Amino acid sequence: MAHASLWQRCLTPRATIPKTLTWSAGIGVWLVVIALWALVTYSGLVRSIFLPTPTAVLSAAVSMIGDGSLWKDIWSSAQVVLYGFLLSSAIAIPLGILMGSFRLAQAFLDPLVNFMRYLPVTAFVPLFILWIGIGIEQRVTVIFFGIFFQQLVMIADISRGVSQDLINASYTLGAKRRDVVTHVLFPACLPGVIDMMRVTMGWAWTFVVVAELVAANSGLGYISLKAMRGFQVDVIFLSIGLIGLLGLVTDQFFRLLRKRLTSWAL
Amino acid sequence: MGALNDGEITRGGVRIPALNAGPRTCLDIRQIGLTFSSGQKSVTALEDISLQVAENEFAVIVGPSGCGKSSLLYLTAGLLEPTSGEIRVNDKRIDGPGADRGMVFQAYTLFPWLNVRDNVEYGLKRRRLPAAQRQEIVEYYLREVGLERFADAWPRQLSGGMMQRVAIARALANDPDILLMDEPFGALDSQTRLSMQQLLLNVWGHNSKTVLFVTHDIDEAILLADRIYVMSGRPGVISRTLEVHLPRPRTSEIVMEKHFLDIKREILGILHHDDT
Repeated sequence: MAHASLWQRCLTPRATIPKTLTWSAGIGVWLVVIALWALVTYSGLVRSIFLPTPTAVLSAAVSMIGDGSLWKDIWSSAQVVLYGFLLSSAIAIPLGILMGSFRLAQAFLDPLVNFMRYLPVTAFVPLFILWIGIGIEQRVTVIFFGIFFQQLVMIADISRGVSQDLINASYTLGAKRRDVVTHVLFPACLPGVIDMMRVTMGWAWTFVVVAELVAANSGLGYISLKAMRGFQVDVIFLSIGLIGLLGLVTDQFFRLLRKRLTSWAL
Repeated sequence: MGALNDGEITRGGVRIPALNAGPRTCLDIRQIGLTFSSGQKSVTALEDISLQVAENEFAVIVGPSGCGKSSLLYLTAGLLEPTSGEIRVNDKRIDGPGADRGMVFQAYTLFPWLNVRDNVEYGLKRRRLPAAQRQEIVEYYLREVGLERFADAWPRQLSGGMMQRVAIARALANDPDILLMDEPFGALDSQTRLSMQQLLLNVWGHNSKTVLFVTHDIDEAILLADRIYVMSGRPGVISRTLEVHLPRPRTSEIVMEKHFLDIKREILGILHHDDT
């Protein structure tokens, strides 16, 4: 296939294409989406009360940046996501590795975890409000409960997948049981753990919006709800767009982290 | 206790190695039995196995797949527990795995998150040797297996043969009392296999070391061994012990020699007899 034309390469399954083309295609999809959006709104095909024009969303952004409220709302949501995510990961990662590696830990935790992880966290929101109130703690708790049990199960699976041969090799080189945990299980799990964090970070953003729709006085979910009451579709679009953008940024961060920390794995 | 080993005398009930009385026994496997049981069913994998490997001897266990030869190696490494009998290394009863018994596995077991140098250094770090000494040992063994230029490579960048060379260097760097090798070249192509056998013979020639090597390849067994234990399976027993008196250093040329062919014929006879 070495001499195939560019066009042929594009039509061949799994054939590689030049980097510049990859980049242009990635930008191109956005140009298409924005162009279609502009077409249906500026032409009046869809009424602005349902779908705002690009300029309306931009001017909403400009005015909200101007009065400083946008940063406050972004930070409010991001803070909740960050706290909930870090708290959950900090407990789930070591506990999940133990759960996947020690039979007793698994026997003890499995029945509880497999019950808890099928309960939708949204069902707990009224309870959390009763217990914790409507402060940031409540929203952090929603995120924690939304992702913790899922993270635990995923990490337990990852650590269960670590090759027994590596553990045996480690023992024959003089490793003690503690060394096997710190010098085999932890590093062997690292790529899987970072991939798991990438996935669950997305879920954390889902749950923060749910939490803010119910009880909050700032945040991107909260301004969406407020905008709905005032028929400000442009603000709702702005909020959704920003969540997507923040998701993209965190996703890239985890991709970079994966590349940096586990270049040995690829 | 079992029978007295060659080259040992007792004095007041204490076993003392005798002076000028031949090589010391390094590995002493005594009447080992291994039974796997799950529920009502139980399978006897090994039955009443006894064998000795003398210090600096190259011993090979050859047998068909499923005869329990790898299990015997795992028992010696302490990665499996015997149902009966005991295993002694330098007259110390083994109880679990330890750095005194290094092992090279059939599967590739380099730690993928450590580069070649750090893989070889792994055991030395666990034993908390000083950094300067560690570096010296690592460099020596990387040179021994001809991989000094690949010290910074990741395992995924190496070929199968190179990975097993690192695994050999890693096991030897720890200076174990005995090196256990579980079909280490089983997954390699025949060309690489030949050069790995030669490399192992060279390394073993420079560094006196007791080796217990498991294989199903009869040529490999005769080329490497001072002594061959022929095993047959279900349950695994040792059918015959053969001594190989081919001169060293050996090369793959010896496959044409009469003594080589005599031994090969004898082993084939034993294994064939078991089949029928």
